[in-house]
Amino acid sequence: MGLLDKWRQIKQAEAEQGIDHTMYLTLKEERRISRENNRIIRQFEREKNRKNVPEEEYLTKMRDPNNVVEFENLHTYFFTDVGTVKSVNGVTFDIPQGKVVGVVGESGCGKSVTSLSLMQLVQAPQGQIVSGSIRYQDRNGKCYEITKMPRDKMLKVRGKEIAMIFQEPMTSLNPVFKIGEQMDEVVLLHEEDATPKMARERSLEMLNLVGIADPQKVYNNYPHELSGGMRQRVMIAMALSCTPRLIIADEPTTALDVTIQAQILELLRDVKNKINGSIMLITHDLGVIAEMADYVVVMYAGRIIEKGTVREIFHNPKHPYTIGLMRSKPSGKTKDNRLYSIKGQVPNPINMPNHCYFFNRCDRAIEICAEEYPEMVQFTDTHSAACHLCRNGGLMDTNSTKEQR
Amino acid sequence: MIEKEKAAEQTISNINQEARDGYEQHFKVISPGRMVAKRFFKSKLSIAGLYMIIFVFLFSFVGPLIVDVTWGYEELEVFKIERIDDMVSTADFKGPDGKIYTYYDKSQTLVYFKAPPSAEHWLGTDTSGFDILTRLMYGGRISLTISFIVIFLETIIGVILGGLAGYFGKWVDQLIMRIVDILACLPGLPILLVLSATIKSIDTIPAEHRIYYMMAFLTLMGWTGVTRIVRGQILMLREQEYMLAAETTGISPMHKIFRHLVPNTMPQLIVSATLGLGGVILYESTLSYLGLGVPFPRAAWGSMIALADPSKGQEILAYYPNMWVPAGILIVVTVLGFSFIGDGLRDAFDPRMKR
Amino acid sequence: MENAYVNNNNNDDILIVRNLKKYYPLSKISIGKKRSYVKAVDDVSFSIKRGTTMGLVGESGCGKTTVGRTILRLHDVTDGQVIFDGMDLAKIPPRKLRRLRPQMQMIFQDPYSSLSPRLPIGEIIGEAVKEHKIVPRSEYRSYILKVMHDCGLQPHYYYRYPHEFSGGQRQRISIARAVALKPKFIICDEPLSALDVSIQAQIINLMKDLQEQYGYTYLFISHDLSVVEYLSDTIGVMYLGSMVEMGEKKQIFDNPMHPYTKALLSAIPVSDPDVKMNRIILKGDIPSPVNPPSGCKFRTRCPYATKVCAEVAPKLKEYESGHKVACHLYSQD
Ligand SMILES: Nc1ncnc2c1ncn2[C@@H]1O[C@H](COP(=O)(O)OP(=O)(O)OP(=O)(O)O)[C@@H](O)[C@H]1O
Ligand SMILES: Nc1ncnc2c1ncn2[C@@H]1O[C@H](COP(=O)(O)OP(=O)(O)O)[C@@H](O)[C@H]1O
Ligand code: SF4
Ligand code: SF4
Ligand SMILES: [Mg+2]
Ligand SMILES: [Mg+2]
Repeated sequence: MGLLDKWRQIKQAEAEQGIDHTMYLTLKEERRISRENNRIIRQFEREKNRKNVPEEEYLTKMRDPNNVVEFENLHTYFFTDVGTVKSVNGVTFDIPQGKVVGVVGESGCGKSVTSLSLMQLVQAPQGQIVSGSIRYQDRNGKCYEITKMPRDKMLKVRGKEIAMIFQEPMTSLNPVFKIGEQMDEVVLLHEEDATPKMARERSLEMLNLVGIADPQKVYNNYPHELSGGMRQRVMIAMALSCTPRLIIADEPTTALDVTIQAQILELLRDVKNKINGSIMLITHDLGVIAEMADYVVVMYAGRIIEKGTVREIFHNPKHPYTIGLMRSKPSGKTKDNRLYSIKGQVPNPINMPNHCYFFNRCDRAIEICAEEYPEMVQFTDTHSAACHLCRNGGLMDTNSTKEQR
Repeated sequence: MIEKEKAAEQTISNINQEARDGYEQHFKVISPGRMVAKRFFKSKLSIAGLYMIIFVFLFSFVGPLIVDVTWGYEELEVFKIERIDDMVSTADFKGPDGKIYTYYDKSQTLVYFKAPPSAEHWLGTDTSGFDILTRLMYGGRISLTISFIVIFLETIIGVILGGLAGYFGKWVDQLIMRIVDILACLPGLPILLVLSATIKSIDTIPAEHRIYYMMAFLTLMGWTGVTRIVRGQILMLREQEYMLAAETTGISPMHKIFRHLVPNTMPQLIVSATLGLGGVILYESTLSYLGLGVPFPRAAWGSMIALADPSKGQEILAYYPNMWVPAGILIVVTVLGFSFIGDGLRDAFDPRMKR
Repeated sequence: MENAYVNNNNNDDILIVRNLKKYYPLSKISIGKKRSYVKAVDDVSFSIKRGTTMGLVGESGCGKTTVGRTILRLHDVTDGQVIFDGMDLAKIPPRKLRRLRPQMQMIFQDPYSSLSPRLPIGEIIGEAVKEHKIVPRSEYRSYILKVMHDCGLQPHYYYRYPHEFSGGQRQRISIARAVALKPKFIICDEPLSALDVSIQAQIINLMKDLQEQYGYTYLFISHDLSVVEYLSDTIGVMYLGSMVEMGEKKQIFDNPMHPYTKALLSAIPVSDPDVKMNRIILKGDIPSPVNPPSGCKFRTRCPYATKVCAEVAPKLKEYESGHKVACHLYSQD
């Protein structure tokens, strides 16, 4: 009974300190949330449903003309029944032309929502881009502000200029149509003067490009007749068929086996060189990032906590979370008996505190960490991290953390 | 002493720290029960259904009490209300010339029953001088009670047999499901009619007991549906990993069925029971209409409608809608109410409805 | 029950699997044709020493889960022997088997479907403890709380329900349920694959701690080679229902012999942008286990396949002490 008594003590102590452990919202809280959500959502939807927006309103200028996409202080919230989920809470990064930008983070940290915001595919009405901007530059050098772009204009960008590859290809292929039909449709939709014959040729060419040995046969197959790896190839072929400027790959290999993953990664690398496009690669696997990416963005609970070139992140990580993440993956070199592990769990971005989000899991936390959210500290032109320990030009050295454990 | 206290404080704060930075979620969610309620109340139809059923319940169970308190009478109080009524009698006869003639006579008589609606008797009185409104209340009591008992029994039988069939499969399943098939393909209404008529003709069964036999038959006809639902659900749930886990821990089959499987069929059971309630009320009314249910002078909605039976003359059907229309409306309201609630619950339980 | 005991002169091995086969009949049978089978596990043999961990790796659909489940006799074996602690499990009648169950436990892949949704945590963990009388009634509660504590669960979770927990916590509950029965042997079927990286490390540590403390034997099934390397003492590599290579961890990782193992090892992404792996990219997909290729099952994807590979199935042969490979590249006699 010792533990139960201890628990009672904890409860009492908590009650005195005003810590509330109850799991469920009261009816009153629930009503209040509901009312507030409705008000906010109505406001955003009204803004979105305006007709005939003049082009000037969503034309803009890039900060750096070498970028395809620039996110600036993007906030995307979900107004859910249990409260406001701040899925993306101030995200700033660039996707340069012809480069691979890897976005890493654990599940629920806002990787997918960031990419969906770029595609204007955030699940409305509860999901809304609240503030910030996403600038996109098309191949003629015109810059658009995606957050203000009307829906019909966005249709032209989606699929043609920016293509997306998902984790589970089966859910994004329609099971009742043949692969060929679905691929042709994409081409016909986006190329103004395409004939069905041209579309077919293009589809076969793309299937060939992604290394499918018998394109004719696959062209006439239904999605369920293909294996997971083949489906992912088809998805990539489809994404490529309009020679997009940016491919968003959301966990493209998570559902695949290791040997198939190796095939697909090889293919993606190959394809990138062929079409000279950029890739935004979303994954939780640091190994995949190390192999594929030029730039890395590490996200945690809706914010970027560290970004830099792949070498900077892997050879000289600054943020305790990045360091912890790298060390918690066992590798052949793991000599000590115990694996390093970050305690606690990934927070759900509701009611986030106003101090460092990593505070309760961080084993290097200092006093100020519980008081304010750390600013981004710049180390080099490309490398920055948000941690109080880094404030004086990166005081922290990686080795001391190792000794502590 | 103080040191000891300090040490204790230290431990508590340590544990506290552990709890906070450990594995605690620090946001609140909506409990699953309330989630269901929320989805249920989102539908206007389910709310309408709820109001309908609440009305019928209050009417049937609280209504009689109010009548008793305010006017001091019950179901079988006979009111003789004198009133002059036009009485028309006609008769056809063949004249000597071979043509048909009609004899027609109009006179005024004194009647005591079939009073029209009035301030004392809102819906008037019926052919026996009973107050119709009061009888509607008592009729509702009987209908609702019967349907709840029948559904309860059906569900118990269905859960047990469906649970066994779904879990053990093989010959147990074969046996139970073949019985179900046989029962389900019997035409329900004709059999009920025959059975009720038989019971009616057996003199040793007192009239008051007929209702129990009727309930037994209704149950017998109804359990098959529940059994099918439970079996289907269990076949599906059996494939879940937690059932494999239960198997590896080696707990007994009875525990597995009734602690792991059956509780998870609850949503489906609640929905099917709610939808079933309406069905039983309809059955019961039909039987009462045919004079095979609750025996006179006890009230039942079905037998109240039966007063208007056209084969016994058009008079009540044509001139006294106050005697049978309210009973019909109540039946419709109750059956619809249960259907609306059942549908609402089904949508509320279905996680695909979750936004 | 005497006949269930086999004369087992090597008492070091807690589990011996001999020529295990598990064929699932295909449900679709066309008239006139022979009934076809999915050969999910096709002649697999191995043994595990007490207190050690054996890792079982392979791609999805190669029969790892099926091996685990047939060992526990959750499915009946088609052919072969499973000897657990000197008892031939196939010969034990169901009633006795139920009493043996606590000694062998399993941790499942999907933390969301492996916990009964309508039972509180305490009940999920303690149900079988009560039934098998693992501890006296008076100590029951404190025992469950102790197990929960061991597995990193707070005591006040006792009355909560599974939906209130995250994946990692659910996996802890799953582990607590297994551990509470004081098992000797635990099969872990990809317990990490549904979890986040930082949570994976916690669960790995938990499993390792528990093993140190209580001396469990693990069969650790996974497709993640780096985790298997970290946790296991011996490793078996499966391909399409057969064991293609087996040996000590060191032997497998330092000297992989089978072409499939080599490809598998080279496919692990390395967390270092400067290391450029000399990667062996296999062509094609895994064939269907309904009609696997003749001869060596790997020959459709093997870069070294020769004519003999299509004709003769290579036998699993021992080349160093404990290191067995099934491939024609090495002498078969
Ligand atoms: N449609 C939605 N409604 C409400 N909340 C949502 C919705 N979509 C995402 N969220 C929330 O937004 C947060 C970020 O989700 P997101 O899908 O971007 O995570 P992620 O980093 O891609 O994770 P994963 O690795 O699991 O794909 C999560 O807390 C999630 O619960
Ligand atoms: N209950 C079953 N019925 C029919 N086929 C099955 C069943 N379970 C597994 N299989 C088949 O057996 C093969 C091996 O499956 P499994 O052991 O689950 O693979 P792994 O765990 O290695 O991913 C697969 O082809 C799978 O489709
Ligand atoms: S700011 Fe403080 S708590 Fe946050 S990561 Fe840095 S050291 Fe840790
Ligand atoms: S037996 Fe032949 S096909 Fe099979 S792995 Fe060895 S070399 Fe390759
Ligand atoms: Mg995602
Ligand atoms: Mg498996």
